[in-house]
Amino acid sequence: MSIAGAPILSVVTFLPLAGALFVALLSREAVQNIRYATLWTTLITFAISLLIWINFDPNTAGFQFVEEREWLGPIKYKMGVDGISMLFVILTTFLMPLCILASWQSIEDRVKEYMIAFLVLEALMIGVFCALDLVLFYLFFEGGLIPMFLIIGVWGGPRRVYASFKFFLYTFLGSVLMLLAMMAMYWHAGTTDIPTLMTTKFPADMQFWLWLAFFASFAVKMPMWPVHTWLPDAHVEAPTAGSVILAGILLKMGGYGFLRFSLPMFPDASATLAPLVFAMSVIAIVATSLIALVQEDIKKLIAYSSVAHMGFVTMGIFTFTQQGIDGAIFQMLSHGLISSALFLCVGVVYDRLHTREIKAYGGLVERMPIYAVIFMVFTMGNVGLPGTSGFVGEFLTLLSSFKVNTYVAFIATTGVILSAAYALYLYRRVVFGPLEKPSLKAMKDVNAREIAILAPLVILTILFGFYPAPILDVTAVSVKALVTSLEAASQAAALAN
Amino acid sequence: MPVELTSYTAALPEIILAAGAMVLLMLGAFGAEADERADRVGWLGILVLFVTGVALLSQTGTERAFNDAFISDPFARFVKLLVLVGSGAAIVLSFDDMRRAHANRYETPVLILLSTVGMMMMISANDLIALYLGLELQSLALYVLAAIRRDDVRSSEAGMKYFVLGALSSGMLLYGASLLYGYTGTTTFAGIATAAAAPGAATNLGLIAGLVFLLVGLAFKISAVPFHMWTPDVYEGAPTPITAFFAAAPKLAALALLARVLSEPFGGMEVQWQKIVIFLAIASMLLGAFAAIGQTNIKRLMAYSSIGHVGFALVGLAAGSEEGIQSLLIYLAIYLVMTLGSFACILAMRRESGPVEEISELSGLAETDLPMAFTLAMLLFSLAGVPPLAGFFAKFYVFAAAVKAELYGLAIIGVLSSVVGAFYYLRIVKVMFFDDAKPAFTTTAPYVRVVMIGAGLFVLLYAIYPSPLIDAAAAAAKSFSF
Repeated sequence: MSIAGAPILSVVTFLPLAGALFVALLSREAVQNIRYATLWTTLITFAISLLIWINFDPNTAGFQFVEEREWLGPIKYKMGVDGISMLFVILTTFLMPLCILASWQSIEDRVKEYMIAFLVLEALMIGVFCALDLVLFYLFFEGGLIPMFLIIGVWGGPRRVYASFKFFLYTFLGSVLMLLAMMAMYWHAGTTDIPTLMTTKFPADMQFWLWLAFFASFAVKMPMWPVHTWLPDAHVEAPTAGSVILAGILLKMGGYGFLRFSLPMFPDASATLAPLVFAMSVIAIVATSLIALVQEDIKKLIAYSSVAHMGFVTMGIFTFTQQGIDGAIFQMLSHGLISSALFLCVGVVYDRLHTREIKAYGGLVERMPIYAVIFMVFTMGNVGLPGTSGFVGEFLTLLSSFKVNTYVAFIATTGVILSAAYALYLYRRVVFGPLEKPSLKAMKDVNAREIAILAPLVILTILFGFYPAPILDVTAVSVKALVTSLEAASQAAALAN
Repeated sequence: MPVELTSYTAALPEIILAAGAMVLLMLGAFGAEADERADRVGWLGILVLFVTGVALLSQTGTERAFNDAFISDPFARFVKLLVLVGSGAAIVLSFDDMRRAHANRYETPVLILLSTVGMMMMISANDLIALYLGLELQSLALYVLAAIRRDDVRSSEAGMKYFVLGALSSGMLLYGASLLYGYTGTTTFAGIATAAAAPGAATNLGLIAGLVFLLVGLAFKISAVPFHMWTPDVYEGAPTPITAFFAAAPKLAALALLARVLSEPFGGMEVQWQKIVIFLAIASMLLGAFAAIGQTNIKRLMAYSSIGHVGFALVGLAAGSEEGIQSLLIYLAIYLVMTLGSFACILAMRRESGPVEEISELSGLAETDLPMAFTLAMLLFSLAGVPPLAGFFAKFYVFAAAVKAELYGLAIIGVLSSVVGAFYYLRIVKVMFFDDAKPAFTTTAPYVRVVMIGAGLFVLLYAIYPSPLIDAAAAAAKSFSF
């Protein structure tokens, strides 16, 4: 189906908002209608977003489906996607219906507000990946804080207030510095147009400060060690679907930001500060993996494992090689599937037993064989076993960093072993062992709705593990253009010295 | 000197407003029952404000009156229009509250109109004497308004405090003005501008001392730190609709006056005043952010919040550029709407026993009155400067101006204090959305609801079509030469 000329990105971005308006008009008591209206909105959004993938031309490095409208004088409403951003849009629209399904029964209180918050959040997240203007990007990037703050705070666990404040203020603090950097870029270049800024040459010392300001925001969002502490709290307290969104999409905004802003706009500063990023990445991989080993709370364990996996992403990005960046994007997408799935798996047992204590479980395999199989697939994906999508990204990033910096690659590889340790240890304690606890005896296996949520994730995790081409084909050309421009910048810098 | 009638057209809106206020005073003094009279005077007052606004909009270009002591340029008209909106909204908000407090006095709208005349004079002042006359007219009316509930101890105390400190600030301002007259030999802004631009002005102690006293006097009026002490007490003590008025219109007028004084007569001494304004801005932003954290009374909290917002507005002024003035105007417009909306919400906090002001009373509002909780939450997020709400654009432009003027330290402290400020706004959202419900508030008066929802829609939807305000502010900012 051809979509030439249609403002498809705006449609995909704002369709969830229209859905939110519609839900707002429904009666508060008609809970089932609200759920279905939300589900259908997200499904239709997903279907339309697939049109973007179908019509996407993987042989062009530039932005596609570009829309531009007058908005705020020199600041334009400009949307577009390239090989780097397109798949994140799809990931967002894909995970959203799963989140709604996962909240079907677990959310019974203030369903209407909950669904509206999720739809608004979806619109803002899609906007982040489509925006081609600094201010527009910032609007979407920060706007997402409001619905997420409410989702954690209203529907979260016992320490939800603490977690929601920490989430909001941490992220807000990182971002305001980025905002100042954006203003400085505007006064220097005279435009906030992202494609233009990608070809603008900023003076080296200015690049340094701008890079740091952007880094403050993306490192928090990523999250990188040592500014990751908000994540375990937010993950643990958020409702299941909130955790899925956090792990699946919000964390990807940091990595996306590095690829969209830090690397192409400040190539010299990126090169200068790459050792810093490597150091932080390696510490994240090893230290947070060790921390994950001793966790008592399932969600907290997965949260720390997320930080470790994001370490591979930052490491891959700052190798400035095709393999590294391809691997980083792949790792982000794969982590978006696997960690989301893990949180959904936790949600399944949490809905039955209402605890996330690892100790409360054990021997689930006897009562929940299907669940055990599904959980096994994602555990293996989290470990990075060949044949799952988790392997491809980790392998590519390690391979590329080995060429760039052997020590970094060496230390990071221990992270792979540690991830096997904590993930399998978790699996053993939850699924195997004797079924002793009386509360577990009545556990029922996954129902049809839960299978419908988890099955697509199982299929994709294995599919992309064996056949990563659909993703790598999309990213290849755009990444190549990025790598070429980085090489040109480093040669120019070498000549200047 | 021959008096030409045409020389008054520049001041026609002020003349209409002043005459209208006096006619209404007569209407109020004679006539039917107290309640009815007050309502009638109030509605007619809004009509007078509207007519004044129409007269204002029919002006074009730059017009002068009273021997150049009065100037009506696009800058003045922009701020005057905001002031008229603020005054009108204050009258609308006052109806219900005054009636329920059995203090429905026709003097309230009349005094609001009279102080509005003073504010419009301030905004258009082009001479030290006109400046002082305008300032005193608005202040005197405001002192009375603060104490209008004369049986109420808190209201009387607020009026008294406001008067004493206001008189002190007027004294300082007058002292500065006399110094300036002594050292420049003129009271006109144009004359002072010539003196300030002359070589040696930077070392002219009399001129600098005069400038500093003038700045201190005006800093009192806008409640910039360290001249802010009166604000929390007066905000808490005055009747809520009057507090809404205080937080909105007079601040706008005094900031506009400050902008004109610094840009026009003292444009040549930017190096000297910029340091002072930067200090005022940083001190106000930080104090506004940190002192508000401990507040439990929502009106006191709004007082500290308004101190912080004056700090942000001063950031734009500190830039000392056309972008700075433009950003200041944008800030004022958006701040006005947010303030009126927030106070409309505070007015809606009312139980059978009367109005309540503790933040904890908002507990669980999302369950009892979701539209109000949602509106207030949006206003608070907007005050915190979270995109995509209107408050973000206000902050965006002032910091952009500061970055352009290379005031990086000021900009960084500013954004960091806005993060601290976000904490206490979030705290109110938390109380409304996360905490357990208290009994519902009594039904809100429809006018209050209109102001509340209108302001909420404005901050929520502003991002869709932001350019008219930005363009208007840009045009108005061209009034000054930099």
